Amino acid sequence: MIRLDNIVATYTTQRGQVNAVDGVTLEIPDSIVMGIAGESGCGKSTLMKVLYGDIGFPLSLSSGSVDYGLVNERGEPVTADNIRNEWFRHISYIPQSSMSSLNPVVRIRDQFVDFPATAGRKKEVLAQVRDFVQKLGLPPESIDAYPHQLSGGMRQRIMVAMATFFQPEIILADEPTTALDVVVQKSILLLLLDLQKEMGNTILLVSHDMGVHYQVTDKMLIMYAAKVVEYADTDDIFHNPLHPYTLMLTNSLPTIGDERARRGLPGSPPSLWEPQVGCRFAARCPIATDRCRQEEPPFVEYQRGHFSACHFAGDVAALKESMQAGPSLSEVVRDTSKLMSDLEADR
Amino acid sequence: MNTILKTQGLNKVYSLGSFPRTIKVHALDDVNLNIESDEPVIVSLVGESGSGKTTLAKVILRLVQPSSGAVTVAGHSVAGKGTRPNHTEFLRTVQPIFQNPFEAFSQHRTVDSYLRETAERVGKLPKDAAIHAVEEALAAVGMQYSDVRGKYPNQFSGGELQRASVARALIPRPQLIVADEPVSMIDASRRMIIINLFLALKEEYRTSFLYITHDLATAYYISDYIAVMNKGRIVEFGDAKQVLSRPQHEYTQLLLDSIPRLNSRWVERRNPTTG
Repeated sequence: MIRLDNIVATYTTQRGQVNAVDGVTLEIPDSIVMGIAGESGCGKSTLMKVLYGDIGFPLSLSSGSVDYGLVNERGEPVTADNIRNEWFRHISYIPQSSMSSLNPVVRIRDQFVDFPATAGRKKEVLAQVRDFVQKLGLPPESIDAYPHQLSGGMRQRIMVAMATFFQPEIILADEPTTALDVVVQKSILLLLLDLQKEMGNTILLVSHDMGVHYQVTDKMLIMYAAKVVEYADTDDIFHNPLHPYTLMLTNSLPTIGDERARRGLPGSPPSLWEPQVGCRFAARCPIATDRCRQEEPPFVEYQRGHFSACHFAGDVAALKESMQAGPSLSEVVRDTSKLMSDLEADR
Repeated sequence: MNTILKTQGLNKVYSLGSFPRTIKVHALDDVNLNIESDEPVIVSLVGESGSGKTTLAKVILRLVQPSSGAVTVAGHSVAGKGTRPNHTEFLRTVQPIFQNPFEAFSQHRTVDSYLRETAERVGKLPKDAAIHAVEEALAAVGMQYSDVRGKYPNQFSGGELQRASVARALIPRPQLIVADEPVSMIDASRRMIIINLFLALKEEYRTSFLYITHDLATAYYISDYIAVMNKGRIVEFGDAKQVLSRPQHEYTQLLLDSIPRLNSRWVERRNPTTG
């Protein structure tokens, strides 16, 4: 179990300080795939950085703590302060862009064994690496290549191989397939799921693609403007959401075979430079009241394992029904004034 | 029937490497498209990266010379060996919208200067009428001239700037707008606002769109016709709803199977709370 207690992560810039993650308290069970979703700038990548212990100027952890539920070699509990010592062995990271993460002038095999843990027995480790990449669907010779000699999908497989080789308990994946085509994306995601099933580790996956979340995650965390707005099992997030933003996220994009008109979500998140009053989503929320604009909703467990930060969590089901009874695409096209009102609102 | 877009035997070969070991890459391999309709249409061009979608867009926009073949847009011959259309007339026929509006507009110029210049040079309008045309085009995308006036690209959000670039493309009232991945830089929650705008403009401005994307779901949503490209060839073309619900070519089938859908899963997932 990973426990996050009131995490506040702050960026210090010339303009002042801004909290990119503002008070996140969570418990993540072991051996699950947890997805983190939200718009760009909502704090999802910053939360990943904090979890990885990759904290350094301009980012700082101004309050809160992380308990990873692990003990290190000296028998001490692993926390945000000493997680860096566990990199690769107990926690690893799969970045978005393999091209800027692999060293372009060093062969992949040399990047693989470039850790203190493999000192003195590189040959033996390399033989294991060859077996391992073969299991991941790559030719064993591929580790003799330089990064530019491999395709994008192969390089991302190499990144997956590096992150999973030591069978770490926790794997953080920040948009691991965003730069890839759908066909390759599917194969990489299925590979990650296979490895997770076999090794039983916890994967935290950041993606902006709700389809990817639906396909691979067990639990999901929805973030908006530096706050967590909803945390639940993936099926509940999609079928029984308790926050209007979650509903808007899962319903804003079209699917093949569905003739319903889709409306975007006009407006943009509040600037985090301003002091925040009330619910941060209130300005874009269709069911917001004066209470929402004044009083910040607490993050509450409404059903077992289903948390939401909304004063009107009980009304989201009715909102969902009214959205699903919405007009079809052909009706909207005939009456373009509706589309124009969205455009007017999105300024 | 009016011809909206027609390509005949279009080829584009890029040579890579130096003399003894040149590799020829067929970015476009005998592309024949013929889209005829009396009503304006939205045609989607889908495929993976490297399939030739953007090369086809560039040939239509005269940014790349085809190796052979010809392109006709709304009765005007626009590309092919020896084709030299009148520049102004060409810009009144085809207009582009690019993927990243922050790269499309210079950081050192105001956005409204682009809009006015398009109205004056391409629309051949005197100053007052040009401003009127700009106001009208901005109104069509739900913006006002006062929102844009004197502002530089970095003062806009991505969605707003993309809408301003749609307005710019509308000013000369082109027959065809070529939009290359116009929404991939825009956040998912606001993407549909731009997509719906294309639908509205098709009705109100009677402009046809060539919508280039790798996202089959939005292609299904807005298009009348769809062309699936793979390795420089058009492997399937037809009515959008029909192609995507009953694909004939195995490559289209593969693409459809790989989309992470929201209604059926590739593998079972668990519910950690309820077990």
